[in-house]
Amino acid sequence: MREIHEFTLDELRHLFSPRAQTGETMVLNMGPQHPSTHGVLRLIVELDGEIVVNCVPDIGYLHTGIEKNMESKTYQKAEVMTDRMDYLFTIGNNLAYSLALEKLTGLQPPPRADAVRVILTELSRIQSHLIWIGTSSLDLAAMSVFLYAFREREMILDIFELVSGQRMMTTYIRPGGLWRDVPAEFDGMVRKFLDYLPRRLDEYEALLTKNPLFLDRTRGIGKIDTATCLQWNVTGPVLRATGLAHDIRKSNPYSGIEQYDFNIPTETSGDIYARYKVRVAEMRESLKIIRQALDKMPYGPVRDNNRKYVPPPRSEIGVSMEALIHHFKLWTEGFTPPPGAVYTPVESPRGELGAFLESNGGPKPYRIHFRTPSIPLLQALPLMAKGHFVADLVGIIGSIDIVLGDTDR
Amino acid sequence: MDSQFLPIVQSCTEKFGAKASEFRGEVTLLIPAEKIVEACRTLRDDFAFDMLSVETAVDYYPQTEPRFHIVYILYSTITHSFLNLRAPVGGADPEIDTVETVWPSANWREREIWDLFGIRFKGHSDLRRIMMPPNWEGHPLRKDYPLGYEEVEFTFNYKEISLQKPRGQR
Repeated sequence: MREIHEFTLDELRHLFSPRAQTGETMVLNMGPQHPSTHGVLRLIVELDGEIVVNCVPDIGYLHTGIEKNMESKTYQKAEVMTDRMDYLFTIGNNLAYSLALEKLTGLQPPPRADAVRVILTELSRIQSHLIWIGTSSLDLAAMSVFLYAFREREMILDIFELVSGQRMMTTYIRPGGLWRDVPAEFDGMVRKFLDYLPRRLDEYEALLTKNPLFLDRTRGIGKIDTATCLQWNVTGPVLRATGLAHDIRKSNPYSGIEQYDFNIPTETSGDIYARYKVRVAEMRESLKIIRQALDKMPYGPVRDNNRKYVPPPRSEIGVSMEALIHHFKLWTEGFTPPPGAVYTPVESPRGELGAFLESNGGPKPYRIHFRTPSIPLLQALPLMAKGHFVADLVGIIGSIDIVLGDTDR
Repeated sequence: MDSQFLPIVQSCTEKFGAKASEFRGEVTLLIPAEKIVEACRTLRDDFAFDMLSVETAVDYYPQTEPRFHIVYILYSTITHSFLNLRAPVGGADPEIDTVETVWPSANWREREIWDLFGIRFKGHSDLRRIMMPPNWEGHPLRKDYPLGYEEVEFTFNYKEISLQKPRGQR
């Protein structure tokens, strides 16, 4: 058992102002167990009275060595680890990994698989934004939205349970397509949700958008501009709230998302309120995408037919010797993609989520790295928080929508 | 190779001795480690690569020269294209210049690489461990770092394993 290392102020001298040394400002520890930090985030905050002079995020409390673990598993088995990173966008994590592997091996998912992928990732985005709207308004003392948002989220989790048997850690999107086709009830359930949510969103907006208490806590707070965002590599709704319409779904489209008609909502003020507006508008855009994808959804297979990479369907294994051999080889030895390195980004609810995958021609990933959107967001947190009250710091952490599983991996 | 990358490749080859390659439509420039900061600055200012999307490392363990590759993936919000850079780093005393001066977002990425690969960044403002505890020994993502697991107990090795356990006197 190692002893716990405690930082002294002297070790962190370069991070705080000289006034902290003399005791003029107070250095205070916030977290890692604190309800408003949305996970195990520790902040070392330097305070002048109630004003934040500087804050130093300390992450790593949720580091689980996912990248190291994936290096020791075959490609199919490594995929289950991706679910555990960003636990609010699990399907999108699967998608980033599968897209990287498909780029590496040259697999082509069929159009039906692409449509289902788009529907599920957009549902997942709505689900993540619902949690965000609940928890971040809870930070700003709006209790009821939290309860409503979790009620709606339940409907999305039921859809995930219907298609994959799991509510969160689905591992439903597989390299080359999907695990299996969606059941017949899928269409009806998603349509019911599409009709249901817009009214609920109106309700949330009635509760928050013009609420003077909410406006006081959000407008002009946690401001950041586009140039700083680009320097600090901040993406997603935080960047779009500063006025730059940057979205991976438009600029580097994946899974046939370019065939659907949708807008990228932007705001210009770059504060918490702008992020709120952007995210609510994004939920409505996601509903638009889902409706179009459902209407256009083609029939056909949901997996690539290349048996060297994609396991054969269960029905074939009983009657075909070759299918049995392929099945056995794939689940014991795994497949061997050609050597090389690829990078594939997808748009997560928090920004650009990318998988960097390097293969050396063996059955296991030689190196896999996930570029997660939460790290740059958290890194830019001190810039947004400086000069605001401690109570606003809590609101700012809520507004950038970090997921610590995503940060620490 | 996509035509938009041709002037970039040409300029980097002339100025920094870069070697270009292409795989699955992704252009990769292998740049000598001592010129990486200069190359990054040129790419940012002249070719509008305004974001550093990824900075990570790859360990080619038994190979010592170079043992590591530092991978930079740049993104341009104007042309919407990605560009990969790689800088080889030797295994004996791995060290490379920081690109924090070009993109401040490299700060935590480089801390992560130092933490998990043990590559030191010259001129970095705050090179502490980020993921592992501050008094951790070793750098976990290196290929020679053991994965660590508990051996499964069977009847034939039961005593052996049992003795190694903290409670193990039976």
